[in-house]
Amino acid sequence: MRHVDGNAMGGLLWEVFGAEMTHQLGCCAGCGAVNPLATLTVYRDAPGEVARCPACGTVSIVVVRMPHAIRVTIEGVRWLQIHTG
Amino acid sequence: MAGAEIQRRLNWLVAVVVGVVEETPSVRSLTLSCPGWPGHRPGQHIDLRLTAPDGYQAQRSYSIATPSEGELVTITVERIFEGEVSPFLLDVVAPGDRLELRGPIGGYFVWDPGEGPPVFLAGGGSGVVPLMAMLRARISSGDGTPMHLLVSARSRDDIVYREELETLSHHDGVVVTLTLTRSRPEGWTGYDRRVDGAMLRDLVMSPDSGLVSYVCGPTGFTESVAGLLVALGHPPHRVLTERFGPTGG
Amino acid sequence: MSFITRGFEGRRRSREPSGRIPPGQYATLDFPVLSAGPTPRISREEWRLTLADTTGAERSWSWEEFTALPVTDITVDIHCVTKWTKLDTTWGGVTLEDLLAGVELGEATVVLAHSYDGYTTNVPLADLSGGRAMVAHTYAGEPLEPEHGGPARLLVPHLYFWKSAKWVNRLEMLTHDRPGFWESYGYHNYGDPWREQRYSGD
Repeated sequence: MRHVDGNAMGGLLWEVFGAEMTHQLGCCAGCGAVNPLATLTVYRDAPGEVARCPACGTVSIVVVRMPHAIRVTIEGVRWLQIHTG
Repeated sequence: MAGAEIQRRLNWLVAVVVGVVEETPSVRSLTLSCPGWPGHRPGQHIDLRLTAPDGYQAQRSYSIATPSEGELVTITVERIFEGEVSPFLLDVVAPGDRLELRGPIGGYFVWDPGEGPPVFLAGGGSGVVPLMAMLRARISSGDGTPMHLLVSARSRDDIVYREELETLSHHDGVVVTLTLTRSRPEGWTGYDRRVDGAMLRDLVMSPDSGLVSYVCGPTGFTESVAGLLVALGHPPHRVLTERFGPTGG
Repeated sequence: MSFITRGFEGRRRSREPSGRIPPGQYATLDFPVLSAGPTPRISREEWRLTLADTTGAERSWSWEEFTALPVTDITVDIHCVTKWTKLDTTWGGVTLEDLLAGVELGEATVVLAHSYDGYTTNVPLADLSGGRAMVAHTYAGEPLEPEHGGPARLLVPHLYFWKSAKWVNRLEMLTHDRPGFWESYGYHNYGDPWREQRYSGD
């Protein structure tokens, strides 16, 4: 078991989205499961950070840090729900 | 809080090490004084960034062990065998050193005092760190929320914050339970095994109490304990988890 | 911005003066395991390797058939884009030449390798020729462990190691290039370590 979870991705997601994201809900494009981003299964010892749906393993979010940019791919998330207070 | 969270920027800050506590032979707490620190919630973490003379950088996340207290942030670090960062934090860092950090981070695995539903905390090894921030906040705020902390450690000497936990177990409305999985001192009467369903049935309130559980530890511990709680009828959305893996160090 | 952290060196990053370490890489003695998902456990009984040509026609090998093909042993340096280089690794497997012998390649220019875990990576067909690539089933004289891609992985050591797809089970011949997993998430389409082609745009 080499994975952690979306909690550990909080700083990176904050860089990408400009806000705390771990408590926000995402819907898996693969299986439709709805979970807080904190519960995603995260593989960090890879060339990028790969977050997968905890229910079905679909790749939800991939973040690759380049020297002067961050590329974020969120093809595995059907929707994100941002709580506005 | 949510509105303020969205406004805040996550900038790298420079903190100074102002306190060091050797918790166990392999665990150390560092208290950092961090000008510009906006305060934090129990359960949140920081990202720490180290820079070598040739520009190489390493970044790790560490849970905060204490409730918000001005510019002070205490983290507790466990030595990871052949790790890159934790041996440095345990062996090299000394009071007066400057460290670069950002935070606080985390909006899910957090607990705020406020007379909410009863709380069950389960920590494996150094997974107790963010739970300790919750327990300390519960006590220092005078909040009356019933709170039960279960700590699983290999031996008595491996229990992080042991002395404090032994004192806290007499605090009103707070229960601390220890289980020692590998070796026990002479005359030990507590649990002596990995957390299992029977242990949780003994310790944990029934689901209709509205109990909220926080489980933190290595991935295997966290997934096992969270699974057992769900099997006992606790709704998954009230079993919050934080896993840390063997990676990084 | 950042300042030097007193006393912090980081993992040993010594550069060997031999010229065998590509720019930005450091030599390591261990064999780090990188993973982007769970490690698939594939038994030799269920294992298959399938080759799909540009017409869609397929041929496939069982483990028994695959390991009956001629075995080539090589000693090579491998370079991971996360900056470690491991020198003198020894592998055994079937070269792509031996695997593709008798296969009608038609207009194919690129191979898209697929793995049991859904991973993909694209490699120009030309880079798989001349004995420069194999489907490896042996590492350091032992059967390749699942953590390192066993039962069998692609091995293209002259490109960054993400091109050496672990748990490979399908080689798809393409007439037009198509990015694989890391290539579409921001890494370089070709990945030559000596030209430090790490990221898209390098």
